[in-house]
Amino acid sequence: MTAVTTDTQEAEAQAAHEAAFDAAVAAEERIEPRDWMPDAYRASLVRQIAQHAHSEIIGMQPEANWITRAPTLRRKAILMAKVQDEAGHGLYLYSAAETLGTSRDELLDKLHAGRQKYSSIFNYPTLTWADVGAIGWLVDGAAITNQVPLCRCSYGPYARAMVRICKEESFHQRQGYESLLALSKGTPEQHAMAQDAVDRWWWPSLMMFGPPDGESAHSAQSMAWKIKRHSNDELRQRFVDICVPQAQALGLTLPDPDLRWNEERGHYDFGPIDWTEFWDVLKGNGPCNEQRLDRRRQAHEEGAWVREAAAAYAAKHGEARA
Amino acid sequence: MTTAPTTHAAALALGDDALVLSHRLGEWAGNAPVLEEEVALANIALDLLGQARVLLSLVGDEDELAYLREERSFRNLQLVEQPNGDFAHTLARQLYFSTYQRLLYRELATGDTPLTGLAAKAVKEVAYHQDHAEHWTLRLGDGTPESHRRMQQACEALWRYTGEMFQPLDGLDIDWPQLEADWLTSVTGVLERATLTVPEGPRTGAWAAGAGRQGLHTEPFGRMLAEMQHLHRSHPGATW
Repeated sequence: MTAVTTDTQEAEAQAAHEAAFDAAVAAEERIEPRDWMPDAYRASLVRQIAQHAHSEIIGMQPEANWITRAPTLRRKAILMAKVQDEAGHGLYLYSAAETLGTSRDELLDKLHAGRQKYSSIFNYPTLTWADVGAIGWLVDGAAITNQVPLCRCSYGPYARAMVRICKEESFHQRQGYESLLALSKGTPEQHAMAQDAVDRWWWPSLMMFGPPDGESAHSAQSMAWKIKRHSNDELRQRFVDICVPQAQALGLTLPDPDLRWNEERGHYDFGPIDWTEFWDVLKGNGPCNEQRLDRRRQAHEEGAWVREAAAAYAAKHGEARA
Repeated sequence: MTTAPTTHAAALALGDDALVLSHRLGEWAGNAPVLEEEVALANIALDLLGQARVLLSLVGDEDELAYLREERSFRNLQLVEQPNGDFAHTLARQLYFSTYQRLLYRELATGDTPLTGLAAKAVKEVAYHQDHAEHWTLRLGDGTPESHRRMQQACEALWRYTGEMFQPLDGLDIDWPQLEADWLTSVTGVLERATLTVPEGPRTGAWAAGAGRQGLHTEPFGRMLAEMQHLHRSHPGATW
């Protein structure tokens, strides 16, 4: 058999794989870890799942900032459970990435080296207790809007992880809304605290959907692969439409003078987003970028001796895993 | 007030133990050495907070008790208020306390007091806490030379706070010397299996045995309460 024949056969096999993959995606079938998939599909999923996993664990920090100061034991229990859920989400997502052949350690190293990103929203500080409510209502609300369509993502393990995550996120969103409602209906100081938090978190929440469709680097290919189902701008509009009546029910104002119902479009119009701020925060110049990453690195470094001990013990005693 | 006053003091003491240790464990959020431990430490903290809320509610309003008492009115053990230190200190503290709680709640679960229901539920939770602490004691004690050194140091540093656990609590029908003997057997067994040396120092501070139960605490506790109570106290009478 000549080399040329082998090359031809390989090319044919590759074409057959690609055709089968494309047909499975087109037929809304799930791609599973052992299925053939294009390298770029695998790489794109690893990038997206890693970014999502990193967002869960970095996202623990701004909320953990208030665990020790929660104003009642009930609120403290809810907040602790929420932060615990985020650690759990990180676990599912790193596991989903492992099914693509990339280990958690490798992804954490990339996060710590600044080579993989997490959601920029967590580079904003939680300055008052009301920020915990605003994060639940707006940040988790935006996350749900983004993530519900991911339950139908073409890659099976990611889609299944998202089903569970979305259920918990919707509890988080409700507790945030309920917490803000208590503040809004509380004393004048509490109401002002809630309004201030919404004023600070509204625009960064809209930025969570990513750049406008025309400027989004990965969108078109992800849509074709059915990893992503809706465009950034579609999801952003959906989120605004959900939030406006909720803000009215809360008795709080959204900080956008251009926000108004557009009868013709059947949607709320909203003012221009400050994309300069978005790109600036993304590049590392947000209020907390360094702080979040430093704290993550520090926790990882300070825990190294514990992980080493667990590995040494497991090696000595034949434990499967610490 | 649903409790016979005879068990108020015990409910307050045990409720304060759970409240304070839960708070300390909550300080770990985002800082654990591995993601599985973020989940585990938060889980233990949540169990303890749940126990605290039931116990404090037997005595009065849970939030008034947690947020509006001064340091000298808290009845928790000094052990549970000790700062987290490194992971070894946190786990040594947990081993000592969870072993105590497991033995005590097992007894309380069989009695007929206002604490029985809580104890019957909590004993299952604390069995898991004790198991978790025991496993980590083994891994750290019998892991690397560094982990062994750190765990040994932690076990010794906290040893002096362990005698206080067996000061009798009013209203509870417990054989305290037997509880202490069982605790020693259990803990020394774990330490030995972990290749650690059982500390030889005294198990109470020189100046006040049972100090925490009498409202005498260590210096870090005041700062912990300042942080915990600040927001609640800044808005008197507010609803959250």
